[in-house]
Amino acid sequence: MTRKRTGGSLLARLQRRRTRRKASPFLIRERTLARRKHQCPFCHRHIEEGELEKNFFVCPECSHHFRLSPRERIRLLVDPDSFRETDRELTTLNPLDFPGYEEKIRRVMNITELGEAVVTGVGAIEGWEISLAVMSFQFMGGSMGSVVGEKIARAILAGVRLQLPVVVFTASGGARMQEGIFSLMQMAKTARAAGRLEEAGLPLFVVLTDPTMGGVTASFGMLGDVTLAEPGALIGFAGPRVLEGTIKEKLPDDFQRSEFLLHSGFIDRVVEREKLRSVLAFLLKAHTRPRLD
Amino acid sequence: MKKKKLQQKLQELLALAERDRIDIREEISRLREKITGDDDPAGRAWAKVLKAREPDRPTALDLIENMADSFLELHGDRAGGDDPALVGGIGLFNGEPVTFLGHQKGRNLKGNILRNYGMAHPEGYRKAHRLARQAEKFGRPVITLIDTPGAYPGIASERRGIAEAIAANLKLFSSLKVPVLTVIFGEGGSGGALGIGVGDRIFMLENAVYSVISPEGCASILLKNSDQAPAAAGLLKLTADDLLGFGIIDGIIPEPDGGAARDHPAAAAVIKEVLLRELAELRLLSPAQLIKNRSRRLAQIGSFSEPNGFLMEAAPGKWWNRLRETIVSRLPAITSPYGEQGEKETGREE
Repeated sequence: MTRKRTGGSLLARLQRRRTRRKASPFLIRERTLARRKHQCPFCHRHIEEGELEKNFFVCPECSHHFRLSPRERIRLLVDPDSFRETDRELTTLNPLDFPGYEEKIRRVMNITELGEAVVTGVGAIEGWEISLAVMSFQFMGGSMGSVVGEKIARAILAGVRLQLPVVVFTASGGARMQEGIFSLMQMAKTARAAGRLEEAGLPLFVVLTDPTMGGVTASFGMLGDVTLAEPGALIGFAGPRVLEGTIKEKLPDDFQRSEFLLHSGFIDRVVEREKLRSVLAFLLKAHTRPRLD
Repeated sequence: MKKKKLQQKLQELLALAERDRIDIREEISRLREKITGDDDPAGRAWAKVLKAREPDRPTALDLIENMADSFLELHGDRAGGDDPALVGGIGLFNGEPVTFLGHQKGRNLKGNILRNYGMAHPEGYRKAHRLARQAEKFGRPVITLIDTPGAYPGIASERRGIAEAIAANLKLFSSLKVPVLTVIFGEGGSGGALGIGVGDRIFMLENAVYSVISPEGCASILLKNSDQAPAAAGLLKLTADDLLGFGIIDGIIPEPDGGAARDHPAAAAVIKEVLLRELAELRLLSPAQLIKNRSRRLAQIGSFSEPNGFLMEAAPGKWWNRLRETIVSRLPAITSPYGEQGEKETGREE
């Protein structure tokens, strides 16, 4: 913790302490910041209490898309009361006996009130049933370990089993280092699941949200039949810090942002959050199939 | 410090032996034991990392030349580029045609500049994709040889979609209709290795390593200090022994005395023997059986618990069917907008 700002009134100091304690690295820091200062951390526009919630957690001025927790995402996306969560009780083990991993997981579970970095289940968008997986950057940077890989694979295979289209919202820093080679292999596992969905003739829709990096981009993240992204989301393979390390200079501002990927041809559309539901509903409607026999 | 001195002494001895052609194998193994004492798993793992990176280890083309009766390299991804860091082509392997793919490092600075230290760009993975499809079309088995620090992290690489190229390969290789044999013979660096690393049989040379992140990377992120790389190497469990224990690989291929770097033909001969044996087995399987086994293999990798389901560790038994049961029984009854399709077919049995 930096101890730069130590001055101020007692109240201010207390408030700072409270937020600091709550704002673990895994919480949605930008929003904590906005709530605390009552202004958007990017354009500094004043933000009323509850204003963000009403506006899909998007800044009304600069339309910065704040990161969402899976619950918020699901609430904004699917029809009311249509979502049923699956595989909630999957918990990770510590295959490498990585020191401190179990404690870290337990701590993050308590802070985020999530079981793992992805929530999966079945729900409906404007009446169209889907198998849905929503990742959470709050939970250890959305990193993909055994549980995340397994839940995503199961969500995709549930699509095969139940003949449903699959929608995946990604948000991840990449593979989870603490699970080593097991994390890496989740890339292959989820890619195979996507292959099976394809063989079953069912669509996979991927929505890339801020940020999606590493092993998640390089597996199911880039295997969608239609790939959408939220505006301004950081999407790539190697992280900006790694890249700056190799090229020894600063990266251009829009590098690895959704709009950049749109121009280089790796995503289909950049979709604002408030239109996401109707765009997905359109896609679901467009992918109903007549029976072949 | 002490270790460094020992290592220095080892290097001196090696140089001396090289010059005078004396047999000093005994001294070497004694020193090596001292360097990598059994009480120090991190030291042992780090020694393997250094060994895997030795510049005079065989490269993919060295191995292919020594293993294949003849080999014709093929170039290009048919989308605008050719990547010298990932090579491929058709070879006759004990008289039978196979497709070889492999990461190619250089032997010296000049070679490494050409080969980009074995770090492939998207073009490399797309070339592999094309050659794997070609192999599938003509029923040739695919042999992939892995030795890369990772896919290249650069601006051009990102712009041309390295993530997409790797993702496409994962999907293709996991459902390829021909046998795929994989040997990690040096560094298995994360997604860059996995990009040609999904196969029916996966082997590692005894001094190879395979990991989700380099020890240096892990150290700088988690331990906040890149000098801690040796400690990170121990934590990451990246040696062949570790991976065999996890059930991720199928076997460890022994190297000649002093490591594969000392004798390329001998190293290649052992690899060839193992690959021929496995290939003979895999040739008996139908494409559907191959894909089924490969899918199951991938689906089984993971380490988690499910309180009212089942406990799954590295390599469980036949849980796949139970898993499917679990998925379905746990879900509520759903009326599908796709009408009767829900009841019709439950997807291909695989």
